[in-house]
Amino acid sequence: MLKNYLKIAWKVLLRRKFFTFISLFGISITLMVLMITASFADYLLGAHAPETESDRLLYVSRLKMSGEGFVMNTSPGFYFLDKYVTPLKTPEDITIFSREYPFNVYVNNRKIDLDLRYTDSNFWNVLDFNFVEGVPFTKANVESIGRVVVINEAIRDNYFGKGTKALGKSIVIDRIAYEVVGVVENIPASRVNTYADVWVPYTNIKEDYREPKFGGSFEAILMAHSPGEVDKVKEEFYAAVNKAVIPAKDAANYDKLEVHADSMLEYFVRGVGEIDGPVNLYQFAAWVFFGTLFFMLLPTINLVNINISRIMERASEIGIRKSFGASSNTLVVQFLVENLILTLIGGLIGLVLAQGVLMLINNSGIIPYTNFSINPTVFAYSFLLCVFFGILSGVYPAYKMSKLPAVAALKGGVR
Amino acid sequence: MITLSDIEKVYQTKAIETVALQNVNLNVPKGEFLSIMGPSGCGKSTLLNIMGLLDIPSSGVVTIDGQPIKTYKDKELAHIRNEKIGFVFQSYHLVNDLSVLDNVELPLLYRSGISGSERAKRAKAALEKVGLSARTQHYPNQLSGGQRQRVAIARALVGSPEIILADEPTGNLDSVMGEEVMNILLDLNRLDGTTIVMVTHDENMAMKTERLIRFFDGQQVSDSKVYNQLQTV
Repeated sequence: MLKNYLKIAWKVLLRRKFFTFISLFGISITLMVLMITASFADYLLGAHAPETESDRLLYVSRLKMSGEGFVMNTSPGFYFLDKYVTPLKTPEDITIFSREYPFNVYVNNRKIDLDLRYTDSNFWNVLDFNFVEGVPFTKANVESIGRVVVINEAIRDNYFGKGTKALGKSIVIDRIAYEVVGVVENIPASRVNTYADVWVPYTNIKEDYREPKFGGSFEAILMAHSPGEVDKVKEEFYAAVNKAVIPAKDAANYDKLEVHADSMLEYFVRGVGEIDGPVNLYQFAAWVFFGTLFFMLLPTINLVNINISRIMERASEIGIRKSFGASSNTLVVQFLVENLILTLIGGLIGLVLAQGVLMLINNSGIIPYTNFSINPTVFAYSFLLCVFFGILSGVYPAYKMSKLPAVAALKGGVR
Repeated sequence: MITLSDIEKVYQTKAIETVALQNVNLNVPKGEFLSIMGPSGCGKSTLLNIMGLLDIPSSGVVTIDGQPIKTYKDKELAHIRNEKIGFVFQSYHLVNDLSVLDNVELPLLYRSGISGSERAKRAKAALEKVGLSARTQHYPNQLSGGQRQRVAIARALVGSPEIILADEPTGNLDSVMGEEVMNILLDLNRLDGTTIVMVTHDENMAMKTERLIRFFDGQQVSDSKVYNQLQTV
């Protein structure tokens, strides 16, 4: 039976090439966009190096202070994080590090742009960097304002020459010579909290990071002992924040403090939605779901329309099949199978197109060090999406067709 | 085999009501070859469609093989059509996207428990019966009208139905082809005992059957035995 369905599905696709093209175009472009979006989302929010244990990480990245006529949205300052976050007891580990600072370095009269972060030594414990050379800098390095640096492979290749060992060599950044103690694999810029080209001990930062003010250019990551303990960490964090006393310098303008410890997804949603209070992930999931549904609505309606034309064109075949014993349900299944085949072919084309576009993005260097790919999870979801899409666009036409009386169908159908 | 009791068929639109069949009472015994004649629009095809459970009468009862059709549930009707009835249409109604063999196999697809190889075997046997065993892999548009109708007959008989309903099976064929197709139907009736009801405009074809019913304006106007059939075969 299935073989017969496949045979006829193939023939029908070949018979109406233009319709087939329109259908496949709609399906493949829609699915391509969805697959690329899913790949982006995975890259942005998935558990990838160095945030491989993202399910037990909490990010303290934004701080808002407000007062009569004054509002300040900024990154937390070192003072705030050191005073209220570092003492927390429930996390397994805590790291404090700066935002990335752009610098230019020169080698053989060649300018190299790089992004630098000032970090503590815990940074290397909380985050999972792959060291290709050397080791991270230590607490002692940080405390002694050590002129040491961890660089990524791209900077190593650019600065010291491709394939050259960099360990022990020095790199001059902002007129300070740092000794390379470690080289790590490149981290894509889509890891917005941790990405950089070079990392040095925070004590090297030129600004007065210990100044008693809440705003600044640092952030913290809290690592819970397990994903199940994340809420406990949050609880302790908010209890500590509620007790925070706004320093005199800020208190002149601000009397209200808002700062959050967010999971990676919450951090993303807060950023996109510009949310001040608690992030409602269910609401976000609903937005994503209905947004995707809406995005798929247009090609689905188009496909439904084409499918109705296709099926009604085959009214005579429906009549024949009914005459010789096919029930309406059997025919519904046949047409759904045909539609699924069409959508799966469209899905396959979409997959190839998505892979091509992602390769183009990777090669273009728009987002440094990205290597977007369609991983098995994304592929599996896309496949399910294809099936869902196929059923969604095939059910109504198949139902409409099944209601066609055999006699009317044999005469060519009535709409 | 088929009994129609007080059958009426009325087509109703907002403006008018058209009576297609009125007070039809008919019994077709097992093994009979019955022909139905009448002018266009007199209700012949409607009658055949009701006999074949493709259409529902407005009133009256259709009884097939002693079983009155009381409910017209899609699945049950599909089952009866598949097991007991084979159709031959004037315009062949073959699926152009399927090969001759696949077309003939079609009724067996809807019968459970028949393997692919068994289907192919039975379809080939049916095509052999109509003299088309060399054309199994051809497509309908590669065949002449006569050949197409023979494929349609092979499809009708592949499931060994007890009844074949033929709606002007020779209507689109020239006289030679028409004769060929008619002879196949006659053989099916005489050799296999298949009950055949045939709608025709062709008096000569009708004269080859056992019994002739004439219709006019949706009503049966005559019912007679055909006596010269043996001489014409």
